[in-house]
Amino acid sequence: MSRYLIPLLVFIALVGLFAIGLRMDPRRVPSPFIGKPAPAFDLPQLHAPGQRLTQEILRGRPVLLNVWASWCVECRHEHGLLLQLARQQQVPIYGLNYKDPRADALRWLEEFGNPYVISAVDEEGGVGIDYGVYGVPETFVVDAAGIIRYKHIGALTEKAVNETILPLLNSGKGSSERSGP
Amino acid sequence: MFRQVNPAMKLSRWTGSERSHRPRIFPCLLLLVVATCLPVHAADTPLKFDDPAQELRYQSLLSELRCLVCQNQSLADSHADLAQDLREEVHGMMAQGKGNDEILAFMVQRYGDFVLYRPPVRSGTWILWFGPFVLLLIAVTAAVRFSRGRNRGTAQVLSEAERDRLQKLLLPPTDGNS
Repeated sequence: MSRYLIPLLVFIALVGLFAIGLRMDPRRVPSPFIGKPAPAFDLPQLHAPGQRLTQEILRGRPVLLNVWASWCVECRHEHGLLLQLARQQQVPIYGLNYKDPRADALRWLEEFGNPYVISAVDEEGGVGIDYGVYGVPETFVVDAAGIIRYKHIGALTEKAVNETILPLLNSGKGSSERSGP
Repeated sequence: MFRQVNPAMKLSRWTGSERSHRPRIFPCLLLLVVATCLPVHAADTPLKFDDPAQELRYQSLLSELRCLVCQNQSLADSHADLAQDLREEVHGMMAQGKGNDEILAFMVQRYGDFVLYRPPVRSGTWILWFGPFVLLLIAVTAAVRFSRGRNRGTAQVLSEAERDRLQKLLLPPTDGNS
């Protein structure tokens, strides 16, 4: 009996293993930044090149930091969702415009709409490296204390927003260390 | 799921592939030709060290680090835009006199253990390091048990009646005829 049972069990175990493996996306590498403070940056603003934007802007209330570029096709797919979040004033969204000529970035926002409170320009990509960005778009959830709580890689989906990001933001509001203005 | 760091994807804007689904052969061919040329161009910005020992260290560091854009390539092999940036980063840090440990720590801090082709041994990577040996042990045990079971199967013990019959067949009759 066990002569047939053992190979069968091994087979079922393998099928289970492969089924799990197939569902996993090897591109979703766990971010080492979760639970750590958002790395420092000091960059010019997209719409006001004379003014700077630093990581301090991310503190005080939960925010999203969205890494985007005009050359990124996937960014268009999530753009509607970002606009909707901004319109409903669910969360302030800050942009990190990654390796993008300023003129292209401005034109892109004009054409598709601007969901960002402010976008910072990371033309050389140095801040992108400090944030461990390896594919655009990426979205960081930063809590009121400036700690990164979550990172979404690739275009945002409604599922990700409703099931992960919004619950995180709402739970963050309750435990925020600094009260908002 | 295509997320790109590679500005080569800008090309899709020219050809308008997003908007019209009408196949247009010329833009497609152009894209194909350009796409085959781009990697060569990207790889054509090598960073070198004059000191051969430094150059060797640089190359070995790059081969230890995974490119997260094309995950089966090292930083040394990858033509991705990010890989080029990270090569410059490694080059810059070496020029500043930073040690290998510092450079690897810089990468791990940003991209996690996954960036290393030889991740450190810790509870999260035990399966990775010891899993193959556990599987080998299971396989060897199974093979040994299987082959033993087989031998036992062929060497069957005869019953009393069978032994008598065998005796009769092999031995000449013992009553006084011969």
